[in-house]
Amino acid sequence: MSTSVTASPAKNTAPRLRTPRKKHTPGKPKRNVLLTVLMALMALYTVVPLIWLVINATKTQSGLADSGGLWFAHDFALWDNIRTTFTYHDGIFGRWLLNTLLYVVLGAGGATLLAVLGGYALAKFQFPGKRAIFAVVIGAVAVPATALAVPTFLMFSKMGLTDTPWAVIIPSLVSPFGLYLMWVFAAEAIPTELLEAARMDGASEVRTFFQVALPLLAPGIVTVLLFTTVATWNNYFLPLIMLKDPDWYPLTLGLSAWSSQAQTIGGDVIFNLVITGSLLTILPLIAAFLFLQKYWQSGLAAGSVKE
Amino acid sequence: MRRTTSRILRGIALVSTLALGVTACGGSDDDSDTKAVSAGDVQAALDKGGNITVWAWEPTLKTVAADFQKKYPKVKINLVGERSGDKHYTALSNAISAGKGVPDVAQVEYFALGQYSLTKGLTDLAPYGADKLASKYTPGPWNAVSDGDKVYGLPMDSGPMALFYNKTVFDKYKIAVPTTWDEYLDAARKLHKADPKAYIANDLGDPGFTTSLLWQAGSRPYKVDGTKVAINFDDAGAKKFETVWQKLIDEKLLAPVNGWTDDWYKGLGDGTIATLATGAWMPANFTTGVPNAKGQWRAAAMPAWTKGDKASAENGGSSLAVPALAKNKELAYAFTEYANAGDGVASRVGEGAFPATKAELASAAFQSKKFDYFGGQEANKIFAESAANVASDWSYLPFQPYANSIFNDTVGKAYVSGTKLADGLKAWQDASVKYGEEQGFTIEK
Repeated sequence: MSTSVTASPAKNTAPRLRTPRKKHTPGKPKRNVLLTVLMALMALYTVVPLIWLVINATKTQSGLADSGGLWFAHDFALWDNIRTTFTYHDGIFGRWLLNTLLYVVLGAGGATLLAVLGGYALAKFQFPGKRAIFAVVIGAVAVPATALAVPTFLMFSKMGLTDTPWAVIIPSLVSPFGLYLMWVFAAEAIPTELLEAARMDGASEVRTFFQVALPLLAPGIVTVLLFTTVATWNNYFLPLIMLKDPDWYPLTLGLSAWSSQAQTIGGDVIFNLVITGSLLTILPLIAAFLFLQKYWQSGLAAGSVKE
Repeated sequence: MRRTTSRILRGIALVSTLALGVTACGGSDDDSDTKAVSAGDVQAALDKGGNITVWAWEPTLKTVAADFQKKYPKVKINLVGERSGDKHYTALSNAISAGKGVPDVAQVEYFALGQYSLTKGLTDLAPYGADKLASKYTPGPWNAVSDGDKVYGLPMDSGPMALFYNKTVFDKYKIAVPTTWDEYLDAARKLHKADPKAYIANDLGDPGFTTSLLWQAGSRPYKVDGTKVAINFDDAGAKKFETVWQKLIDEKLLAPVNGWTDDWYKGLGDGTIATLATGAWMPANFTTGVPNAKGQWRAAAMPAWTKGDKASAENGGSSLAVPALAKNKELAYAFTEYANAGDGVASRVGEGAFPATKAELASAAFQSKKFDYFGGQEANKIFAESAANVASDWSYLPFQPYANSIFNDTVGKAYVSGTKLADGLKAWQDASVKYGEEQGFTIEK
């Protein structure tokens, strides 16, 4: 996955790396066969489910039953499966896909926006109670979202918001980890002197933020956006308890409903569609990672070296 | 993973059930349904039109809803069907206890009806005309939906049991189709000896299956009279079941596969699970779930506990019920009757549903239907005979969903460790009694 993007920086340093050196230096770590083998095994372990998914998305229901998991069946039904996935039950899969996109755009997008604004403010402005906020944010990072799902449900139920898309979008707007990340990133990436210079030149706070700070924050924003997107895209438990109407299901819930059809008397057994649907569900995430990778890679290392 | 999720869901379902019980107790003295209704009201509602929401996963209802709307153009049916099993009951209980978003019609399986009717979660349909429909249905399902002169739902389908067996496997090893459970045990030994990878059946402990076998064996562990409940697994029928099943477990003759998993479908397809004793609805699941074994399977009558005995039992099956909080009860009843007693039945049977109505079961078209999947066998003859032989005096607990949820912690142990089946049933009985008492039931000992 990473080879295509890292290829360009690697080219510049390649000749230097190839010159033989006896002593190992920070630039060229000593090779360790054991570690390489372990890494290869780990890589295999993580990639095998993906390979399984791709291979099995090409099978029909009967092909799934009478062929081994890691090789193709006699029939190649990938296109057929994709078509059926989108047309089954009046094309409800497409609706679920749009729902998921809606939750991601509003939920993850909103969470990123709030994290950027909050992180910038916490990093670059002095105000009383900052330490308390720090404690709350760090504490919130430690609480898993699943643990908050039931209290959130009760609260939303009182407000009459359950079984509406808002029940999924509003809780997704809060991302303590994203806020913390933006905070740290903004503190490191924006030199306070730069902001002072902008203010000296008479720029308003809003203009300083948009024209000076925001471009510098871009790698951090992409990183947070990726994290919140993945979290919202994969969210299962929150929609599970919030939503009753299948028309508002995200893909995760919809696929689970399809899968449980196989456990129902008289229910259609559509493992082939569940598998194809799962493959289609992860494709947008893979695409997002590939396109945004170069931004967030540069963001990950920010602040790691004191200059 | 699936197990954990369903445990969590069961937990939620339980919490909501408790909440439901509390709400029901709080408001039980005002029976909002005291106003008399008549068939005329139902007709008036149909003429007036309106919207109803139906929560049901039964796939054939799609056509029924479309036909119903064609017949009554002013009625709009919102069929919500992407949920089943645990998720369905969790959602239903939550909606009832919240008092909001309750559907007008809900699919409720027979084993769960008691829980909802006892907590006054369902409308008594007798005043709407349901009490006059008793003679239409086979005794098993009707007994499940009715309680004295009250009717809490209309039977949608039924599951008279039959023995499905893989003829190819049986022929290959020259094993005769068992007619008694003793012969079944012998067949299990013979098969597993001939092919150590093949098993006569899979069973890791399934409450629905166990209660159905007890039912067939003549055991009546549950006696229910309102809130008075007796639970006792210590009778002759239970002994018959224990004896045979204990041997199957001890001799490791049962495939350690959970039902309804992909492994299960695989085993049914590749001949490693050779028989399946289950409800007559199974052909539909065979056709879509195990398409690769087409032509290999056949249906036969259930093995008898004593030679010559014809007793059968029900497994699975569900009704359509009208929740007490439904907004449009007249329309809800009209749809329920149309789907389960009227024109809907024929179209549902045409699409593969297994009827609970006598007329359909006895009809020539139904009985002579040739199943391509079973090599052209007229399997419905076997199923219809089984339906007629179901003893109608069986009852489930009013908290059967809870009892089923603890089955694997009690009886289920016999399948995975050295516990005896008899001890497991005793533990299940004790745990059920304890829960019943905590819930305020009078447990007779």
